[in-house]
Amino acid sequence: MNKQLTKNFAPGHGTCSGCGIPAIVRNILDVSEDPVVVVNATGCLEVTSTLYPYTAWKVPYIHNAFENAGATVSGIEAAYKVLEKKGKVKGKINFVVFGGDGSTYDIGLQALSGALERGHRFLYVAYDNQGYMNTGGQRSGATPYGANMTTTPAAKGDIGNELDRKDIMEIVAAHGVKYLAQANVFNIEDMRAKAKKAFETDGPSFLLVLQPCTNSWKFPVSDYVKVAKLAHDTNYWTLYEIENGQYKINQYISNPKPIEEFLKTQKRFKHLLLPENKKALEKIQRDVDFRLEKLKKKTGE
Amino acid sequence: MKHINKKQDTKIALTGGAAAAEALRQINPDVMPVYPITPQTPIIEGFAKFEAKGKVDTDVITVESEHSAISACVGAVAAGARTVTATSSQGLALMNEILYIASGMRLPMLMLVSARALSAPINIHGDHSDVMGARDTGWVQIFSENAQEVYDNTIIGMKLTEKVHVPTMVIMDGFVTSHSVENLEVLIDRSVRSFVGEFKFNQSLLDVSNPHTFGPVGLPDSYFDFKIEQEAAMDKVFEEYENVADGYGELSGRHYELFEKYHTRDADHVIVAAGATCGTIKDVVDEMREKGKKVGLLKIKMFRPFPYKQIAKALSGAKNISVLDKSMAFGSMPPICSEIVMSAQISNLKSQISSYVYGLGGRDIFAKDIENVFENMIKGKKMKGVQYIA
Repeated sequence: MNKQLTKNFAPGHGTCSGCGIPAIVRNILDVSEDPVVVVNATGCLEVTSTLYPYTAWKVPYIHNAFENAGATVSGIEAAYKVLEKKGKVKGKINFVVFGGDGSTYDIGLQALSGALERGHRFLYVAYDNQGYMNTGGQRSGATPYGANMTTTPAAKGDIGNELDRKDIMEIVAAHGVKYLAQANVFNIEDMRAKAKKAFETDGPSFLLVLQPCTNSWKFPVSDYVKVAKLAHDTNYWTLYEIENGQYKINQYISNPKPIEEFLKTQKRFKHLLLPENKKALEKIQRDVDFRLEKLKKKTGE
Repeated sequence: MKHINKKQDTKIALTGGAAAAEALRQINPDVMPVYPITPQTPIIEGFAKFEAKGKVDTDVITVESEHSAISACVGAVAAGARTVTATSSQGLALMNEILYIASGMRLPMLMLVSARALSAPINIHGDHSDVMGARDTGWVQIFSENAQEVYDNTIIGMKLTEKVHVPTMVIMDGFVTSHSVENLEVLIDRSVRSFVGEFKFNQSLLDVSNPHTFGPVGLPDSYFDFKIEQEAAMDKVFEEYENVADGYGELSGRHYELFEKYHTRDADHVIVAAGATCGTIKDVVDEMREKGKKVGLLKIKMFRPFPYKQIAKALSGAKNISVLDKSMAFGSMPPICSEIVMSAQISNLKSQISSYVYGLGGRDIFAKDIENVFENMIKGKKMKGVQYIA
């Protein structure tokens, strides 16, 4: 194992083979030039890294509950401010929250909103695997239209999840956050560059990282980078950032692949490729194109 | 006992809420996450004024819910900050999930509760439903009778929680205590600050060279052991409370025990109750004593952990005991009564125990009602089931 990358998050954790979460955690923490304190919402990362009496964390770490990571980091950052002023703590510390999409889009949205609004200095990283994977693959507010999930199973005449994903980036941006970005676990360098900017932000910052889940999306464990890259190549998941209100697409795809190329790699979308679901497939492609156009307009290009 | 600061103490008139805010100002906590709810709000508003005027070093976080208030408390304490908050009613109910996490992580923190009824129907007035709903969350719970006790318990509670690493609730009756102006004696700032001392937490998240993991997963091979240890920590609270209260008694001249015995020593008929109504009960006891009636009051102060044996000992001479609860436990006996029955059972008391519920949703209870309870005992009436003073 790479010693530098495992200095904060040790090997021996229990995430599934083919899970990109450790790569996200390690690379983001590695970019911090100052010591870090990690706050973790209940979820895959938490249950796989802190099985008592062991811990994979070589940095200070706290898991409080599912929906309150935003509030927990607020308390820690407030403590830091007071204790630093009193001379009881010295030097800059970066506060990093890791939460899945369930704890970000859904149950923890209120606590996240409060923390963003109050302007605490912390980086919130949402690893977005588009569902409640720790509990067996239920639908979340991040689950895409047409996904076959355990609470929205697809059947003949039923598309599966009938709702569109929430646009969490726009929700976070609406709080006036100075730096937020959408990243993807397949592009580590881009993610690291974004984390670096996030750590330099005075106030809250937000990273939304696509994290394909081998268990729920159902693809071979060796393929998470491939699947993640197809999300990029089809414009399904555009790499972009919003810095002081300015939108920037980090990487344009000149010849995007059709959305089927991404969908067909995963069994959660298998039913969409049946002739009877042709209209659903067309809707998904339309949505991809629409989202990109909307984003482009915001960049002013 | 020596009363070293007597000359420097001042007598002032404050509401219970303002008395809590004053004690908190003197304590000068590091972090205070706050969220408004009636009838707690005067506490956080009072404190916010101190903060605005620069009289404290506290970072007041105006969070977006009580759930986030208590969640921020967990983060702040884990980061080594002396931390307080306050709530009532639905707010305490909303916090419930995190109350267990705070106590399960053994994080010391102080919460003022201005006790209030729970919905539905919605009702902003005082009773003990909210705090009784939190009675098994692993927190120390201390009831206060009046503004003086609110002030004193706030200071005692702050020191106690940091000694025992069990989070602590100091409870006052909503409106009756929180909004009523009473005369009380306050200590000088210096005395309070040296009494509570510095908060030292050797596992702080901010000690980055000495990393700790808070809130791990505990499976069947460890979870149970954590809970047994948590209960052992609760058992130690009595002794530490006595130490802290003794120290406070030396400082203030006000000596507190786990519960208060008011003419119980030779009483045949004893009321057991908690909170503000104890003031009225004491008046009734005084009047009836003048008439030669052997009545008394056992005032519950520490409700969690519950001092079963000590209370049974204090009640051992009573022929009749009537327990007055300001809350219900639906489908079960009211909370204080259940504990008194258990105390009697543990110590083989033969007393006749009756159960009364009063004051729900802020309904008034009068001296006459209390006198009736005593008279029922004196007449040897056997009450069937729970009686409502409604």
